[in-house]
Amino acid sequence: MPAPFILDRSSVTQVMAWVLAALLPGVAVYVWVFGPGILVTLSLATVTALAAEAAMLKARGYPVKPFLTDLSAIVTAWLLALSLPSLAPWWLIITGTVFAIVVAKHLYGGLGQNIFNPAMVGYAVLIVSFPVQMTQWSGPIELTPSSLSFAQSAAVIFGGDFPKAALDAVTMATPLDTLRTGLLQQLTIDEIMPKSIFGQYGGTGFEWLAAAFLVGGLLLWALRIIGWQVPLAFLAGIWLTAGFLHFFDAGRFGAPWFHLFAPSVMLGAFFIATDPVSGATTPRGKLIFGFGAGFLTIIIRTWGGYPDGVAFAILLMNLSVPLIDAWTQPRIYGGSKRNGKDPSA
Amino acid sequence: MSRELFKFKGGVHPPEHKSESNTRPIALAPIPNFLVIPVRQHIGNPAKPLVHVGQSVLKGQMIAAADGYISAAVHAPTSGVISNIDLQPVPHVSGLPDLCITLVTDGLEQWIDHGPIDYQALSPAALRMQLRDMGLAGLGGAVFPSAVKLDPGAAHTCPTLIINGGECEPWITCDEMLMRERADDILQGVAVMRHLLGSTEVLVGIEDNKPEALAAMQAAAAQLDFVVEIVAVPAIYPGGGAKQLIQTLTGHEVPSGKLSTDIGIQVFNVGTAYALARAVHHGEPLISRLVTVTGHVLRPQNLEVLIGTPMHTLITHAGDRDGTTGVLMGGPMMGMPMPDLKVPVVKATNCILVKSSELFPTLPKALPCIRCTRCADVCPAELQPQELFRFAKAGDFGRAQEYHLFDCIECGCCSYVCPSHIPLVDFYRYAKSEIWANEKEKRAADLARERHEFRQFRLEREKKEKAEKLAAKTQAKRAELTTAPAGGAVASEADAKKALIAAALARAQAKKVEATPKNTDSLSAETQREIEEIEARRAKIRELAHQPLETEEKLK
Repeated sequence: MPAPFILDRSSVTQVMAWVLAALLPGVAVYVWVFGPGILVTLSLATVTALAAEAAMLKARGYPVKPFLTDLSAIVTAWLLALSLPSLAPWWLIITGTVFAIVVAKHLYGGLGQNIFNPAMVGYAVLIVSFPVQMTQWSGPIELTPSSLSFAQSAAVIFGGDFPKAALDAVTMATPLDTLRTGLLQQLTIDEIMPKSIFGQYGGTGFEWLAAAFLVGGLLLWALRIIGWQVPLAFLAGIWLTAGFLHFFDAGRFGAPWFHLFAPSVMLGAFFIATDPVSGATTPRGKLIFGFGAGFLTIIIRTWGGYPDGVAFAILLMNLSVPLIDAWTQPRIYGGSKRNGKDPSA
Repeated sequence: MSRELFKFKGGVHPPEHKSESNTRPIALAPIPNFLVIPVRQHIGNPAKPLVHVGQSVLKGQMIAAADGYISAAVHAPTSGVISNIDLQPVPHVSGLPDLCITLVTDGLEQWIDHGPIDYQALSPAALRMQLRDMGLAGLGGAVFPSAVKLDPGAAHTCPTLIINGGECEPWITCDEMLMRERADDILQGVAVMRHLLGSTEVLVGIEDNKPEALAAMQAAAAQLDFVVEIVAVPAIYPGGGAKQLIQTLTGHEVPSGKLSTDIGIQVFNVGTAYALARAVHHGEPLISRLVTVTGHVLRPQNLEVLIGTPMHTLITHAGDRDGTTGVLMGGPMMGMPMPDLKVPVVKATNCILVKSSELFPTLPKALPCIRCTRCADVCPAELQPQELFRFAKAGDFGRAQEYHLFDCIECGCCSYVCPSHIPLVDFYRYAKSEIWANEKEKRAADLARERHEFRQFRLEREKKEKAEKLAAKTQAKRAELTTAPAGGAVASEADAKKALIAAALARAQAKKVEATPKNTDSLSAETQREIEEIEARRAKIRELAHQPLETEEKLK
């Protein structure tokens, strides 16, 4: 064995475990705001991801135990589950998770080799293939006439015989959906915003979820699990792009704070865009990557075909990573040039 | 006294483990029954043995002479009889045996005649020659011949002299103990260095986790008639790396692919300064050094050890224990495992670190790289280790070079923090050695091709010259033969032709006689030179094929 003969205590498992731990405040607020249905979704996605991961490792001839215990599959499962509508049917959850693990991760070579964020690939496949099922969100408990217990949520998700009227009483359009629908009906922002689904900064309840993800993200930053570049650039991309449009025409474009305080943005900024495998690696590249994802999110939200654009924005930036990295190679110690090429060349 | 310090990027804080060995004073190691002294202990040409088996030698007697400019002599560390001159296992990464002189010690410690050198009376070049012949080489680990480093070049002086007392590697304390106990000697060596380099500024960088060493050096510096600034630098690995220490103390970076002397800075280890003082003020060649023996031993300590002492002698002296899982030469970050404890202490041996499974647990298996860039965060060369790893693994050495593989100082920070536990440095070493091997092959092929082309050219030229000479001669003959009859009787065309043929035959006859001696006799000066050139090229190819890898690395 060659030098060095000592190691820091860090490990992939430890990194992934901290990511999961940092998601817990978000999960707790999710349950508090929207009811316990998310726990069903999370559990189903976790079990599916582990099964798919184990099967693929076996099929590819890799040792199952060290790779299964790296927890990366569970991180993918949780990120996907937290992105899905809270009352998404079971088959939707399984399809998305299996696609994320099997296609986006293992067919690209497994841990460390995927060029796209697996959870976002799973999400994109679902929203493209099943747009209707992907809108089945339960509303915030404080706004809906009734709410679902854990068992009831499970019944809905697993397609049990659940009365349509009771379901209608708990589902609601998300703030971004509401905004989009309103704008399509030629309403102005001022006419849309007074609706009860909109809260102080973002959506009622949604803004708390966003805050919880922010807290978890800051924890990851404090622990140096993630750097500051990607989240800050992502949030700056959102805020500046939305702010510019809003400044330009406040009647047609939502306020920057509203865009910023969406749970998908905070989840994207701190947990998804920071995925090291599919993200840029150089310091300046990380800034470009994050800002680009934020910018594209607002562009897609405003002019695209879907109410939210975080997933597509991150996937598009994943696609640009090799180019960004090649162009932003930092100056080395004793180097004369700022860019990637050999200074002596 | 406070100097503005600069921060270099990256670095790590591994557990220091200094207190194990720095609480005991320096002790003399026992003289073993025999010493095994490699002739190649420095960067550059191995020394040439001067002794024969059975010869008695005195302590300090030169037993192998420096060979060329970048080389250093080797001396008998004590008195005794030469018993063997053969290949023996040596502490080297390659694991290959090397030529060693084995000395059976007589325990009498009989010195050869020696005395102080009046260094100020000598010309710098003569002094450097003496230092080379006293075997001085850098004791910080690189063992570059000191005489070469003490040459500021024809045109300039070296304004800044930095003495490296950083000692950032965990476990090692030999430099610290040397500073604590022998600060005066170190600074006397520094005075000689300053004299040779013409330096106007002398800085000693010592990590701030060694307060006793700092105090001792400050006290000694106060007695000097020139200014030496003793500077406490932050303890961070690899803060004691030459390039890092230069940046910390001066804010300057050594340009990529250049030497520190190109920016007017030269760096020496404190141990080298001490050895220089012993050489100049006492006439003692480099025959011993301080070695930290630590880790899984009963009495971790620093020993003054004769070069050539087998490592097991020192481990036994420090108290070997059950449960030893291996021995490193050097520290845990950059040291190398010793395949055999018979290997001798050499000039580069600063530490013998005995491992146990408690102190050095087995490293976990590597997982794939997740591109987290922690390696890039800690890389003091400011490289992108994750990319280098990717290219090295894929065998894409060209891209690895484009991404500055050769700026890697192999400090091990990247491997240390890697959450996937990838032995990154190993991949870089592998890529470097592959590139060197390819280069060597290419250079040898280039030389062969060049030689072939030159031969073709030479043959072509000779043929042409011959033809021209012949044509000229024919012309002359023809003219002679045709003018002669014109002056006298009328000769027929046939007669002229006959005469021409006769003349040619006579020439051929003469040539045959001329050619009978060996073709290497009576050569023209030009041909002789040509042959010599070819011989030189051949020798170069042979040398290239046999040169050890690290020579080029350090010279780069």
